[in-house]
Amino acid sequence: MRVLITEYLRINLDTEMWECRRCGHEHISARENYKRGMLVYDRDPTEIHKPLLDTKLYERTYSPDPKWCRILEYYCPQCGTMVEAEYLPPGHPPLYDIELDIGALKLQWKDREEVKEPVIGPDLALEKVKNNRALHAGHEHGHKHGQQ
Amino acid sequence: MHDKISAEEQALLDKFLADNQLFLGPDPEIMRNHATTPRSKAEDEILKKGLDPHQVHRVRGLINAALSEAFTMVNQMGAAPGAKWGDLVTGIYTAQGDLTMIAPHGIIAFAACCFYPIRFIIKNWVNDPTVGVKDGDGFIHNDARYGGIHNTDQSMMMPLYYKGELVCWLSSTIHEGENGACEPGGMPAAAESKYDEGIKMSPFKVVENFQLKRDLVTFLQNSVRDPGLQLEDMKVKLHAVMRLRERIIAILDQFGRDALMGTLRVHLEDTEAEMRRRIREMPDGTTRVLQFMDSTLRENALQKISLAITVKDDRLIMDFRGTAPQFLNRSVNTNIASFKASLCTGLLQNIWPDLPHTMAVMSPIEIITDRNSIVDAEGEMPQSMSLMPLFKGCVVWTIPMNKLNYSVPHRYSAVIASQYDQAATFIYGGLTQHGDVTGNFCADINGNGQGARSHADGEHSVSPVFGFMCDSGEHEINEEDTPIIRLGAQRLAKDRIGWGKYRAGMGYEQVATARGSGMWGFMTGCEGSKFPSAQGLFGGYSCPSYQLMKIKGINIFEELKKNPKVVEVFDIVELMNKRPIPGGKYSSHDMGMTFELCNEGEIYMICQGSGGGYGDVLERDPALVMKDLAEDLMSHENARDIYKVVYDEKTLVVDEEATKKLRDDYRKERIRRGKPFDQFCTEWVTPEPPAHIPYFGSWDNPREIYATTMGQRVKMSADQLQGAFMLNPKDLRIMQLESEVERLQVELGAHRNAER
Ligand SMILES: [Zn+2]
Repeated sequence: MRVLITEYLRINLDTEMWECRRCGHEHISARENYKRGMLVYDRDPTEIHKPLLDTKLYERTYSPDPKWCRILEYYCPQCGTMVEAEYLPPGHPPLYDIELDIGALKLQWKDREEVKEPVIGPDLALEKVKNNRALHAGHEHGHKHGQQ
Repeated sequence: MHDKISAEEQALLDKFLADNQLFLGPDPEIMRNHATTPRSKAEDEILKKGLDPHQVHRVRGLINAALSEAFTMVNQMGAAPGAKWGDLVTGIYTAQGDLTMIAPHGIIAFAACCFYPIRFIIKNWVNDPTVGVKDGDGFIHNDARYGGIHNTDQSMMMPLYYKGELVCWLSSTIHEGENGACEPGGMPAAAESKYDEGIKMSPFKVVENFQLKRDLVTFLQNSVRDPGLQLEDMKVKLHAVMRLRERIIAILDQFGRDALMGTLRVHLEDTEAEMRRRIREMPDGTTRVLQFMDSTLRENALQKISLAITVKDDRLIMDFRGTAPQFLNRSVNTNIASFKASLCTGLLQNIWPDLPHTMAVMSPIEIITDRNSIVDAEGEMPQSMSLMPLFKGCVVWTIPMNKLNYSVPHRYSAVIASQYDQAATFIYGGLTQHGDVTGNFCADINGNGQGARSHADGEHSVSPVFGFMCDSGEHEINEEDTPIIRLGAQRLAKDRIGWGKYRAGMGYEQVATARGSGMWGFMTGCEGSKFPSAQGLFGGYSCPSYQLMKIKGINIFEELKKNPKVVEVFDIVELMNKRPIPGGKYSSHDMGMTFELCNEGEIYMICQGSGGGYGDVLERDPALVMKDLAEDLMSHENARDIYKVVYDEKTLVVDEEATKKLRDDYRKERIRRGKPFDQFCTEWVTPEPPAHIPYFGSWDNPREIYATTMGQRVKMSADQLQGAFMLNPKDLRIMQLESEVERLQVELGAHRNAER
């Protein structure tokens, strides 16, 4: 039985391992920080958020300040998929972001059926925005509903 | 002396202390408790007798309709710009002051904070012979230290008596804006103490026999820049609450007191039970997130918000310890109650939008903070720009909750990355073209880009982070009332995107100037000019940084008269790079700007922002990349460098095979350059924050908090946080320039000596 944890990570309850959802690579024990099974790269944020203004004319150009902010990119060591992009000040310890109780997880899934592909939930907030806009556009009596 | 006193003596002592309390300040017993109160005796009797669920359903529907009608009244009649765009609420509370329901389109955050002042009234004024509470009374309040989001919001609260018994409370709140603070518009970034924040109303009686007391209204009008607005909206709120009262009395006449009081309580209890059920569905464990705020709106300062969410059975604990300490003389602090209201907003806007909008959703959630941190500041701290941490509170759930929620077999709502979380709008003030004094903010605050979703791109400029019900208003109305002129259309901010497999919704450019005023000015209150604010999810990138741009020393109206084609298109990047207006002083700044005068025709430019992206950029469908190019949302350079797509720039036809190869090669390149985590950490992690960053918050140990105070870095124990005192940026600048002058004088002297 495998449990989907993120777009790119799942936990194999039988082996108690973190796995890659793209290539099946076994990263590390599910009782460990999955990041320990990843490759990391310290990315200059100005390569991703490029300066839009002339850097000779201006110091602030829509790019983050690379002396204040770096992007840690985490890759699956087997398929190279980017699993996380973590924005941190230089030198800040990476965050232990997912720490699950594996024993409890096993118990919880004892009677659940395996989910292979995640279901897509309704975007309720957006629906409400659209309904509201339709209401405004249709004046007081409009009972129009947003599309989708 | 004896160690123990009897219960009787204790009661006497308590009464003595209560009677002689010097000042009824914000009461920690009220302000630190966000949970619903237990059933009252009356409620317990009603619920034990049993309620007909069909009747509960009907009564609930009628209350909703009544709240909605009162909401519409305020929305249509309110004078404040905030009222027109939906920044308001109407609400109903149990007799002991638990907020049960708000109008369906009301601002959610109010659902989690409007009850505090009512509890204050119940605790302090009901039995006070000099105040008292009776039928026909109405109470006003604005100071968020007694409950509320921030001090721009003013409430009208009224008890409802039925057959002589207090059965519930009713209220209406509007974001009024102007409140007599040291800067116009009610949210002064320049406030250095709470006494710069303008009028601070603790809850007091301003209505008797359903009529406004003119003496007190006059006092309030005398305290703000917009006396007309103050009076008009007090009337509007009073009449809306009175209309709401009539409707509730009709429900009471039809169904009886038990049905109403029972329904209000059952609604709270049902909501809390559903919250606990959903928490139990999630896996046990902890997920964490860090947010970094990079400005105090006076200077750049990197402030950490640290959150660990722990789920254990039906308990959910939010632990904010390790967060930055409060500022003694900067306005970006918030009190804990307001911060919890922002958390409620985030929960109901981003995580479970299908749950009822009531304070009961927060009841099962435990919240831990360090006292005197920026999210739990003391009452004396200025907090007029509390929006900064509050907006962060609205989105702080998104990343860690998606990590907890993703495995749950049933999805209540879509998986979405963070929405853009800055108040990217012009706040303004001065003399209008009609000669009136005013101060407020533009509705562009309501155009935050949506985060990318697990199944689709985010929606552009969708809503403010604090409410999906707010509209971006109409600029024509704004131009009639104020000297603000918009130059050009609201263009989407090209290339300023949270990249990902699905990209975020984008924000738009705001290019503004002023005309026809003797004195006019702007301020902006945003962070994220150095450190991006909206976070991506599951490998998606954050939004970029955003800046404030100015073109000063010109009058665009004169220039356009001289040459109608002087500006081809009011596009920020083009204007700044091409500099088409002769004689203009072009500059780029942090997006935090205290109030500044804008001469006629000078140009100020900011952007609404993009949300965070979702997933790995290499998984983005090349067809979607072409669509973004066709819609001019991004440039070819980014299509190639970020998304690694091979295509024909003219026809936008994708070479699928070459794209696949390029992407496969790039994945190999990632594997080549990436380092194993443990090895990476030994090279990357430093024992302390970099010396060149004024850093606030924990680093590796959540119990040790860094700050920069009086220009010096200090380290404190998290249990004993002291506020940081910031030096005046102008003093710092003067010091810098003086030492520069000194250096140049020495140099000049040496030069002259050499010449002799
Ligand atoms: Zn993989």
